[in-house]
Amino acid sequence: MNTSIFFLALRRMRVPLIVLIVLYAVSTLGLTLVPGIDAQGRPAPPMSFFHAFYFVSYTASTIGFGEIPVPFSDAQRMWVTVCIFLSVIGWSYSIISLLALVQDKGFQQVLQSGQFARRVRHLGEPFYIVCGCGETGMLIARALDRSGIRVVALERNDQRIQEVELEDFAADILVLCADAAQPQNLILAGLKHRSCRGVLAITDDDSANLAVAIASRLVNPRLMVVARVASPSVERNMMSFGTHYVVNHFEKFADYLAQAIHSPSWFRLVDLLTGLPGQKVPERHDPPVGDWVVCGYGLFGQAVVRNLERQGVSLTVIAPEQNLPATVRHIVGHGMEAEPLRLAGIETAVGIVAGGDNDTNNLSIAMTAKEINPALFVVVRQNRVANEVLFDAYDADFTMVPSRIVARECMALITSPLLTRFLRHVRAWPDTRAASVARQLEELCVHRVPLVWSVRLNAADAPAAHKLLMMEQVTIRMEILRRDPAARQDFLPLLPLLLVRDGRDQELPEDETVLKPGDELLFAGTRAAKTAQNLALDNRNALEYVLTGHDAQGLLWRWFNPTKRAGDPGRG
Amino acid sequence: MNLEKVIFGFFIVLAATLNFGFFIGDIDNPTHHHIYELFAAIVVNLIATVLKFGDRTQIGAVHLSTSLVADLQLVAAACVWAIAVHVTGEGMSADVTTSVVSLSGGALLANFVSLVLLIAETVMLRR
Repeated sequence: MNTSIFFLALRRMRVPLIVLIVLYAVSTLGLTLVPGIDAQGRPAPPMSFFHAFYFVSYTASTIGFGEIPVPFSDAQRMWVTVCIFLSVIGWSYSIISLLALVQDKGFQQVLQSGQFARRVRHLGEPFYIVCGCGETGMLIARALDRSGIRVVALERNDQRIQEVELEDFAADILVLCADAAQPQNLILAGLKHRSCRGVLAITDDDSANLAVAIASRLVNPRLMVVARVASPSVERNMMSFGTHYVVNHFEKFADYLAQAIHSPSWFRLVDLLTGLPGQKVPERHDPPVGDWVVCGYGLFGQAVVRNLERQGVSLTVIAPEQNLPATVRHIVGHGMEAEPLRLAGIETAVGIVAGGDNDTNNLSIAMTAKEINPALFVVVRQNRVANEVLFDAYDADFTMVPSRIVARECMALITSPLLTRFLRHVRAWPDTRAASVARQLEELCVHRVPLVWSVRLNAADAPAAHKLLMMEQVTIRMEILRRDPAARQDFLPLLPLLLVRDGRDQELPEDETVLKPGDELLFAGTRAAKTAQNLALDNRNALEYVLTGHDAQGLLWRWFNPTKRAGDPGRG
Repeated sequence: MNLEKVIFGFFIVLAATLNFGFFIGDIDNPTHHHIYELFAAIVVNLIATVLKFGDRTQIGAVHLSTSLVADLQLVAAACVWAIAVHVTGEGMSADVTTSVVSLSGGALLANFVSLVLLIAETVMLRR
């Protein structure tokens, strides 16, 4: 990369360099031809090449030592005047060309991408490539940064890059202004890097995301690929070549809405587990069971209709299009007007979904409907984060913001892959069980959104526990991981959610469950609880204390006193 | 016809011919080797070098390296001349002339390689 910059610079500097060489040559040659005078003022032969070149060198670079070795003749002075002007022009031209080269957009692009590639190459820690730094990309980059994961970002828009650079990140995020759909840019961003963990294709353009997903799958199949899509056909296409996770925000939201109607506590649990950790628990809105009205039949409207119908919700669609499937109860018109809303049965309905692609229209629909039926449960789709002020002021029961949904999904996939697995199990739970878990979590974390993390009992993630399990055959029960390594009689504010052993899942593992090396565990709790638990898993002394209640004995003491073992296997 | 190619070829051939003109003659006879010719050879060689900048092909790289060799040899010859005439005061003796001319002979070889490359490039071009 650096050599290419060097060659580019040389290529651009060809003309100025030739001009300089010619000017120097002409000046030197002239001085060797013009006769001079000696110290007594008598005519003397011209300067030799050596003296001429010496004189031109210091004159052209404006050092100007004067007339060396002897004062010049008038003829020489005449020629030197010409030389001085020539050299000034030559140097100014060269410097201007060099400055123009440095300012040149293409040259800067080469320079920046070279620097970017070098910095990516030297990244030693795991990182994710985020394609597209729009609202979604920024949300994810910020969340990843907070979890201590490095981000390399590609963004096409120059203005967005500047915004990214102004943001305050804990670790610098490496960002390049380039089209992520071009494979070479992905490779520049570290697609083949051994520390690269995954690629997030979250631009707002389905075809670009598709290109990123294909390139990532082909170039480096070991990477996790998460792609965002809006259209179901692109989604099917992506799944067909093995994209690991496809996030369709329309489908996801519609699914959540349908599930929330069907089982509100399930949705509550999802909301808690996928929210931004540490924030206040979101207000609870349970969508009621009954007749629903859906305004708009775009991709989002279709997803809502499909999912609500699957849950057996009866609904009416208001859309200006004429040719809707015959199975859908349909009123032709616009939801902003009262008449179509009345025709759709808004007076007796329990809820409305304002799902058009225009924010103003959606708000207008919501307000008109609420005026007719004040008890209505209102779901609005917010297309642009910039309109947040309006939506905050309106305060709907349920606001659908695509970028937030995608960001939450991606974060859940990256930080705790087990969570998706757990949530799939929860779907089958009865509502009361989900409700009790949600209540437990809220109490543990004092009405803050809990942090979700996974632990693997291996030598890298939990060295102390792994060693004890493998080498000394000590029995460690689930309960041990819940105890506080500072005071073992207390339990940490955390809840074990899932235990995965040999591909088999155990939901909400009991305290008595005996752990084995290689187990994967999913926990939810406060950040402090995670830190404390990490201490017990990493530190032999802390773990022994939690296990036995005694402080561990040092190596020397154990050696002198072999009869009294520090660890008492089997005792919890 | 391409003006850039004409200029490129012109300077390469001119560099070789000037170099040859300086080189030809009795190796130790200063009257056969005029210093102005050496000066012209250096200037034209430098220009030819700059013209070869920024070509990333294999043949372009070899072109550039031959030119750099020729520059080095000719500048060395000029330095020997300057030292002999101005520093030691020995003047253009037979010894000095021999070393200046033999250095320019090395440059001539490099220029000759450059010429061969130019011809090879032209022959390879089937248009």
